[in-house]
Amino acid sequence: MHEMNPAVQGFMYPNEVELQWSVLIVLYPYITGLVAGAFILASLERVFRVEAVKPTYRLALLTALAFLLVAPLPLQLHLGHPERSLEMYLTPHSTSAMAMFGFVYLWYLMVVLLLEIYLDYRADIVRMAGESTGLKRLIYRALTLGSYNMSAASRRIDDRVGYIVTVIGIPSAFLLHGYVGFIFGSIKANPWWSTPLMPIVFLFSAMVSGIAAVLLIYMVTYRLKGLAIEMSCLDTIAKYLFYAFVIDFSLEMLDLIHRIYEADESFKSLDFMVHTHLYVPHIVLQIGLGTIVPLVILALTQIMTLEERWRRRLYVVAASLTLVGIFAMRWNVVIGGQLFSKSFLGYTSYKMEFATREGLLTAIVLMLLPFAILAVLVKLLPPWVSKQQAEA
Amino acid sequence: MKDTFREASHLVRLVVVLAVAIVAFLGLRGAVVPKDFGQYGHYRPGALEDSRAKPIVFAGQQDCVVCHEDQAKARDSGRHARITCEACHGPQAKHVEDPSNKPKLPQVSAICTNCHEKDVAKPKWLPQQVTKDHANGMECNSCHKPHAPKMG
Repeated sequence: MHEMNPAVQGFMYPNEVELQWSVLIVLYPYITGLVAGAFILASLERVFRVEAVKPTYRLALLTALAFLLVAPLPLQLHLGHPERSLEMYLTPHSTSAMAMFGFVYLWYLMVVLLLEIYLDYRADIVRMAGESTGLKRLIYRALTLGSYNMSAASRRIDDRVGYIVTVIGIPSAFLLHGYVGFIFGSIKANPWWSTPLMPIVFLFSAMVSGIAAVLLIYMVTYRLKGLAIEMSCLDTIAKYLFYAFVIDFSLEMLDLIHRIYEADESFKSLDFMVHTHLYVPHIVLQIGLGTIVPLVILALTQIMTLEERWRRRLYVVAASLTLVGIFAMRWNVVIGGQLFSKSFLGYTSYKMEFATREGLLTAIVLMLLPFAILAVLVKLLPPWVSKQQAEA
Repeated sequence: MKDTFREASHLVRLVVVLAVAIVAFLGLRGAVVPKDFGQYGHYRPGALEDSRAKPIVFAGQQDCVVCHEDQAKARDSGRHARITCEACHGPQAKHVEDPSNKPKLPQVSAICTNCHEKDVAKPKWLPQQVTKDHANGMECNSCHKPHAPKMG
């Protein structure tokens, strides 16, 4: 087979030679993970009253929304016929895990995220409907739904309902990303995916990536706006990033040790793959640069007393490497799971295309799109918190 | 209680908007999903009728041998005896309806390699060749007769 197709090594069944799930399917769990993680960070302030992270509360919600709006696009590009996605809702297929995801997505978008953002911003929307002009005024006026009540009592009700929505939102965020892990973990034909730990590993890695993304977005946007970055906020986010990362890393290692000790019939093949085809993305990027290095950096910032500017720089490095590491983890799950043969006797390879429907260019555009949406959202619903407001 | 309701009037409006959206969705669903959807499984039963209504494109073996008896005999005597005519010649219902509608002959270099190009995943009993080494650029039918390909 190798003579005919140099991309193939050893024995592959014919239907295994070409990868069916491309880089876009890597993006999908990456993006939904950022959504779930950003929301969980926002809930820290709202439900668990971690006041230090207040400056990131609204920014985290808008980040979650921007990424959630893009989340279905990789799937629709991969499958083609985006108009058919409506069929999921028109004729629900209760025994299809993938089809039911449409409802998980809709629940999370409409009942959790949009509602929470609306309730939190309502008083601002009413105020801006009065102050702004032109198109913006029209949008704000539409968003008020014709109610301009800004009384203390109405805002208390918003706060109370918002709290309940966030409480419902936490398990919903867990469900959203746990479900993505379930999609992979429940594929019993693939030993690289099939483990009940998959939803939990996905969940914690989602929290890690979402927290790291909001940390970076907070630093970059406040720097661009010329606003003061709250060091206590950064320190607290970094602390939670560290905690979530320790749990995530422990779970992944638990999975690895379990596989090594169990050493079932797939082990030799998977072990070979990790040491050859997946060496760079798995050992170097995911475990080395993407997990151990940021964990060590974050641990150092926890145990050593460093100057502010050093802490800030180290947080940027740690959060950036974390995002690379979690992307590598998604890559290794999705692409890695398709590189070996079910016969355990052969391996194929993935060659990414460039300017095609599922190529690198599309992936780059899809990764930039949430930031464009976020830029519009922050214009419409400013999330900025000045030093005085944060202390109030 | 009345005060609370008044202070929450914006939420009532939100609920009304959501309710209108749900009703509109249910209306759309009622309008576009056929009433008998799911009768036999998770699909539209009318799809079966649609499939039945499609024109038949394959004529079937028995129609081919009526006119092409010589080729049918040659094929029956060789290793391709169980391969139907239209497996290589393509669907020929139009040709049976109107024999003047002559089909194109299959492109030998492409059609033979579909089954006989060397591939370790194929069963061992199936004759296979690495075409570029075996034929050296010649067409398969320079040596093999497609209807009874075994030589010698």
